[in-house]
Amino acid sequence: MSYHFNFGWLLVYYPELLKGTWVTIQLILIGAVFGVSLGVFCAWVRALGPAWLKPIVSVYVELIRNTPFLIQLFFIFFGLPSLGLQMGETSAANLAMIINLGAYSCEIIRAGIEATPRGQFEAGASLAMTRFETFRYVVLLPALKRIWPALSSQIVIVMLGSSVVSQIAVEDLTFAANFIQSRSFRAFEAYFVSTFIYLTLAILLRLLLKFIGGRLFQRKAAR
Amino acid sequence: MSLIEITEVRKSFGPNEVLKGINLDIEPGEVIAIIGKSGSGKSTLLRCINGLESINSGSISVAGAQLLPDELHLKALRLKVGMIFQQFNLFPHLTAGGNVILSQAVVKKTPKPEAEAIARQMLDRVGLAAKFDAYPDELSGGQQQRVAIARALAMRPIALLCDEITSALDPELVGEVLAVVRSLAAEGMTLLMVTHEMKFARDVCSRVVFMHHGKVHEIGRPEAVFANPQTPELKQFLGML
Amino acid sequence: MTQFTLWDIFRNLLLATRWTILLSLVSFLGGGILGLILLFMRIGHNRAAQFFSKIYVEIFQGTPLLMQLFLAFFGLGLFGINVPAWLAAGVALIAWTAAFLVEIWRGCVESVASGQWEAAASLGMGYLQQMRYVILPQALKIAVAPTVGFSVQVIKGTALTSIIGFVELSKAGSVVTNATFQPFTVYGLVALLYFALCWPLSKSSQILERKLNVAHRNH
Ligand SMILES: Nc1ncnc2c1ncn2[C@@H]1O[C@H](COP(=O)(O)OP(=O)(O)O)[C@@H](O)[C@H]1O
Ligand SMILES: [Mg+2]
Repeated sequence: MSYHFNFGWLLVYYPELLKGTWVTIQLILIGAVFGVSLGVFCAWVRALGPAWLKPIVSVYVELIRNTPFLIQLFFIFFGLPSLGLQMGETSAANLAMIINLGAYSCEIIRAGIEATPRGQFEAGASLAMTRFETFRYVVLLPALKRIWPALSSQIVIVMLGSSVVSQIAVEDLTFAANFIQSRSFRAFEAYFVSTFIYLTLAILLRLLLKFIGGRLFQRKAAR
Repeated sequence: MSLIEITEVRKSFGPNEVLKGINLDIEPGEVIAIIGKSGSGKSTLLRCINGLESINSGSISVAGAQLLPDELHLKALRLKVGMIFQQFNLFPHLTAGGNVILSQAVVKKTPKPEAEAIARQMLDRVGLAAKFDAYPDELSGGQQQRVAIARALAMRPIALLCDEITSALDPELVGEVLAVVRSLAAEGMTLLMVTHEMKFARDVCSRVVFMHHGKVHEIGRPEAVFANPQTPELKQFLGML
Repeated sequence: MTQFTLWDIFRNLLLATRWTILLSLVSFLGGGILGLILLFMRIGHNRAAQFFSKIYVEIFQGTPLLMQLFLAFFGLGLFGINVPAWLAAGVALIAWTAAFLVEIWRGCVESVASGQWEAAASLGMGYLQQMRYVILPQALKIAVAPTVGFSVQVIKGTALTSIIGFVELSKAGSVVTNATFQPFTVYGLVALLYFALCWPLSKSSQILERKLNVAHRNH
C-alpha cells in the first residue's frame, strides 16, 4: 500500500467540521427533548390511556419501529409535500427524529411503567388521586428511573442515526465530511476524522445523560 | 492421617478477613455439623474446601491430595468432594436424569448406558426413581434437593459438603431431605454440613463445630456442645434459638 | 413521459427487495460468526482478548453505521482495488452487526445464575465444559428472542447501503421516484415492504420473549 495518510490539511476545514458538529448537536437536543416527551405521552396511552387512542399509538409505534429511519426521512421530506405539507430540510430532520425516538422511547418507557408494582397504583387510588395524578406523581419518575439506561442508549443510537439527514442536505457533521471529501479527494481521512468526532459526541452524550439521570432521580438529602 | 485436613486457613475478601486461621481434621465416616451466626464464615469455609474460593494462606488437603488452584488439581479434588447448595442449582435445561448423567459423561467419560444406569440407581437411592424424566421446574423443592444429592453421589465422592441444604425449603419438605442425609451417614459417608437443624445435628453428627467471627470457637461431641457450652458466645447462640 | 402504473412501481421495488434480503442474510450470518468469536474473547480468561472485544464494541456501537460504510468503501479502496458497493456494504454491516450481537449475547451469558457455574465446577467440570454443557445451553435459550429482535435492526441497517450506491430497496425507491415523480406513493410502498419484512420478525421476537418469561415464572 503506497498511500500516505495525511491529516494536517484537515485544519483548513475546521470551520466546516465545527459547524457540522454543532448542527448535529442541535438535532439531537431537539430530537431528544421532544422525542422523549412524545414517548412519555404514548407510553401513558398504551399503558393507562383511553381505549380509543391505544390502537392509533400501536400502529404508529409498530410502523416506525419496523421501517428504516432513512425511509421515514425521505417520506417526510419528499413524500409529504404532495399532501401540501411542505417543510425545510432541518424541520423535516427534526420531525423525523422526534417521531422516530418517540416510538422507541414509548416502548422503553411502557416497560418501565408496567414494571410498577400494583400496590403503587392502589396506594395512589386510596389517597383519592385520579388515575392520571397517580401516573404523574407516583408512577412516572420511578418508571423513568428504571429504564433510564435503556432510554439513554436509544438516544445515543438516534444521534448516530442522524448522520443520514445529510442525504436531504441538512448540513450536519456527515454533510461536512462529504463536503470535505468532495473538495480534497482525501475521503478516508475526512470520514475518519468525522467518525472520531461522532465517537466523542456519543461518549459525551452518554455522560450527559448519566448526569441528567443522576440529578433527575436524586434523593432529596435527608435533614 | 485424616481424610480432610484443614490447617491455619485464612481467607479475606478485600480488607475483610472472613476466615482467621481455621484448623479442622476430619476422619473418614465422620459427620460434622457446622453451626454459627450468619456471616461467621461457614459458607466460605465449605466453598474453600471445594475450591470455589481460593485461600490466602494455610492448606487444605483431601485424602492426602493438596488443594491447589490450577484446573487439574481442582478437578482431582472435586472428584473426591461433592457439594450440595442451599439453592439446589440443578441445571434447568436438563431432566433429573440428565442432571445426574451429565458430569459422569463429561468429566469421568463414563459411557452413556453405564452413566444412565448409575443415574437411575442414585435417583432410586434418594427415592426419586420415578422422576428420571422430570425437569427441575416440575419438582418440589425437596425433590430438587434430593436430585442434587443424587447428582453429587453419582460422582462417587468420598465426602459431601452441604451448605444449609434445607434452608430454602418449606418446613414440610425438610424431613424428606434430612432422611436422605441420615441414610448417607448411616452408610458411612463423610459429611460436613452447615445446618440450623439442631435436633438433627444432635442425633446424627459425630462432632459439632461452632464458628464465630471466622474462627472455630468451640468443637466437640454434640452431647457436650449442646448440653454444656463452654463459651458465652455459644451459650448466647444456643439461647437465641 | 411514460405513465407508470402502481404495479410497475411495485414490481420494481419488489425486485430490489431481493437484494435487501440477501444483504441482510449475509450480514446477519457473518455478523453472527464474528460476534461469536468476539463473545468468546470477551467471556474468556485472556485479558488482552477481553480488552480488544470491549474496544471493538465501543467503537462500532459508538459511531454511525453510515460512517462505517464510508470508511469501508474508501478504506478498502486505499488498497488499490476498485471496491464494489456490495463488498463495502457487506463488510461494514457484518462488522456493525457483530458489535451488537456480542453485547446481546454477553448479557444472556451473564444472566445465567452464578450458582450454575458453581454447581458445574463442584462436579469437577473445567471452564470449557461448564461453558459448553451448562451455561451455553441456557444462555442460548434466553438469546433467541433478542437475537431475532436484532435481525430487524440489520434489515433496517441495509437501507444505508443505498447511500454508497448499493442497489437495494431504498436505492430502488430513489431511482423509481426520480422516474415517476411520485415520492409519496413510492416511499410509502418502500416503507410497507420494509414493514412486511420486519414486522413478522419483531412479533416473533415478542412472542418468544413472552413464552420464555412464562416458562421462567413456573420455576
Ligand atoms: N464473594 C464475597 N465477596 C465479599 N464478601 C463476601 C463474599 N462471600 C462472603 N463474604 C463475606 O464473608 C462473610 C462470611 O460470609 P459467609 O461465609 O457466607 O457466612 P455464613 O455462611 O456463615 O453466613 C460475610 O461478612 C460476607 O459478607
Ligand atoms: Mg452461608
